[in-house]
Amino acid sequence: MTGIKKFWGRQTIIAAVSAAALALSGCAASSALNEGEEKPAADTGGDTVKVGVLHSLSGTMAISEVSLRDAELMAIEEINADGGVLGKQIEPIVEDGASDWPTFAEKAKKLLQKDEAAAVFGGWTSASRKAMLPVFEQNNGLLWYPVQYEGMESSPNIFYTGATTNQQIVPSVTWLLENKGKSFFLIGSDYVFPRTANKEIKAQLEAEGGTLAGEEYTPLGHTDYSTLISKIKEKKPEVIYNTLNGDSNVAFFKQLKDAGITADDITVLSVSIAEEEIRGIGTDILTGHYAAWNYFQTTDTPENEKFVASYKEAYGDDRVTGDPIEAAYNAVYLWAAAVEKAGSFEVDAVKAAAGGIEFKAPGGTVTIDGDNQHTYKTARIGEIQADGQFKEVWNSGEPVKPDPYLETYPWAEGLN
Amino acid sequence: MDKKKLGYWLFFIALFLGPLYLTEFRLALLGKFLCFALVALGICLIWGYTGILSLGHGVYFGLGAYCTAMYLKLEAAGGGLPDFMEWSGVTGIPAFWRPFANPAFALGASLLVPALLAAVLGFLTFKNRIKGVYFSLISQAVVVVFVTLFVAKQDWTGGTNGLTNFTTFLGFSLASPLVQIALYLITVLILGASFALAAALTKSRAGRVLSAVRDGENRVRFLGFNPTSYKVFVYSLSAALAGLAGTLFVLQVGLISPAMMGIIPSIEMVLWVAVGGRHSLIGAILGAVIVNSAKSFFSESYPDIWSIFLGLLFIIVVMFLPNGLVGAIESWKKSRKKSRQKGGTADAADSVVS
Repeated sequence: MTGIKKFWGRQTIIAAVSAAALALSGCAASSALNEGEEKPAADTGGDTVKVGVLHSLSGTMAISEVSLRDAELMAIEEINADGGVLGKQIEPIVEDGASDWPTFAEKAKKLLQKDEAAAVFGGWTSASRKAMLPVFEQNNGLLWYPVQYEGMESSPNIFYTGATTNQQIVPSVTWLLENKGKSFFLIGSDYVFPRTANKEIKAQLEAEGGTLAGEEYTPLGHTDYSTLISKIKEKKPEVIYNTLNGDSNVAFFKQLKDAGITADDITVLSVSIAEEEIRGIGTDILTGHYAAWNYFQTTDTPENEKFVASYKEAYGDDRVTGDPIEAAYNAVYLWAAAVEKAGSFEVDAVKAAAGGIEFKAPGGTVTIDGDNQHTYKTARIGEIQADGQFKEVWNSGEPVKPDPYLETYPWAEGLN
Repeated sequence: MDKKKLGYWLFFIALFLGPLYLTEFRLALLGKFLCFALVALGICLIWGYTGILSLGHGVYFGLGAYCTAMYLKLEAAGGGLPDFMEWSGVTGIPAFWRPFANPAFALGASLLVPALLAAVLGFLTFKNRIKGVYFSLISQAVVVVFVTLFVAKQDWTGGTNGLTNFTTFLGFSLASPLVQIALYLITVLILGASFALAAALTKSRAGRVLSAVRDGENRVRFLGFNPTSYKVFVYSLSAALAGLAGTLFVLQVGLISPAMMGIIPSIEMVLWVAVGGRHSLIGAILGAVIVNSAKSFFSESYPDIWSIFLGLLFIIVVMFLPNGLVGAIESWKKSRKKSRQKGGTADAADSVVS
């Protein structure tokens, strides 16, 4: 008798637990029938239009990506205050990519299929972009990616508002060769961006008369640079081209200074250190070194004055702006302008209308290149000052046409 | 008919009917969670039943996923070079990639490569009677080795970006909702079959030896059994299940990168089993589904602070439900039964894993 009771009890429990699990996993199951079967399209039925904001709000990338979310939300607020897009208010749906690439793919899918977002602003690392790319292509969504990256990509469903290599790395190498020296030492974190960037730099050095003193990679998060600095001391390069990312920069610059190497001995030019990172690393050990970007907080335009003031007002006086933050802000305005021009939120119409769209951005006018969906941007090089800001020492004068595959550079022929 | 079995049948039938009551997006999520459940099932076999705590199952999951992803990548390249090789400066497909153009080879390898690695690693450690926390540490070291290797060999593995952007599997478009539903159903069937296999194993003579190894390895040895071969066998089986899960994951999610075989995912896998109940196979499956559902649900509802809720869930389980959800339900039932029939048999001591 107890046996039967036991079995029935067990079964009820299993059924109950299964039901609970299913209910949890399918928390939207009840609305299944309402969502319909047709291909997801922008949901523009009401007075609002939904857009996704998908950055890492937790995990290792949160420190960088939270600022991008803030900039995007600020742009959305400004546009809404100004009457919205096509008469509709923009309704942002914020999701956390959690510094985890499958999560980025999962949330992108959610934003496109469940929320029917007309556009998604998001991503930082190349890995997160690569993870989202097939989702956007399969669902014919629209992703605005705001960070400088290694190039060699041009998806029909992605707009790239950050720099590609010919708007940041290539001009900075030329500038270094002309002003700082011929002998380069390349250091980088061990992932796709540094390795690809260095491949391009090596080809460029060969073509433009530079020499390679060394090339070293360390894992992300690496903090012991004594061996690497000994190698640098032995090779005596004139320039260190730095593609390290994150915490490693703190350790590297500190140990470089402790080893007695100052900016006067060897110039270090970095491509992943913006105002935000300078705050984290410490200005004392960075002063006198250089960084290549398309925008600095100190960039002198009327638009930037207003942008910096609004950003500080919204998020606090201690916050700083920076290149990716500006590119994220621009992305929202560029999308809104393309929608206005298209007269529609439909992805294909917006894409068709986007070519040639201009925006007077804080960092100077940016224009969408209709062919590769990147933007024309002004290349800039800045010297880090004691107050944690940049002093611009060079700019390209006019916006540079994006060339993600480096097709206009003869030395890059073997790279793709 | 066994009533317990009926419950299991109902559970798997409910999963199988998922496409009827879940949206495309939720179904894809559940499909992903069921892949994780398959890993959890394997971990339950070695941890709950045999007492081997592996903190490195991400490697087996990753290896299985990469084997299949290599095939998918070659198929997407349509006979040419995969895209990431092109921009890494590789001129020809590396020799070890070539056999993966054959789907049967790739799928076979996704089971056998993890199983073989586990067999070698298991043989070397178990034979030398390395166990407990020392084995766990070695399994973590293996994770570090593989992640470093996969990141550094960017021209062969895609580096940190991993392998993604696939188009077809055996000629079927992976973007098609019907193909995704079919893959989901296959996942449910494989999970059900693996569950039945694991249940049969734990009830068999070999299964009893495994439990005995957990509770007193030396006694097993003195009785004339060789614990090493039993442990190597179950460890390899568990690795093969993880590899199989990796294959199903990559087909449904369309992405694998070294981050997914790292230390954190490897520990998360053990957490799923801990939450569900490490002494119960169905507990492990439920744990994986519940933890991941909670993660998705919390992060959708509270994108800023969701990780606090998830952390809270883990702390509650570890502090108040040391044997997981299923363990808690069972002990509650036992105590209720005991209070009804005074003088019942005493509880069997719950062994804590070394």
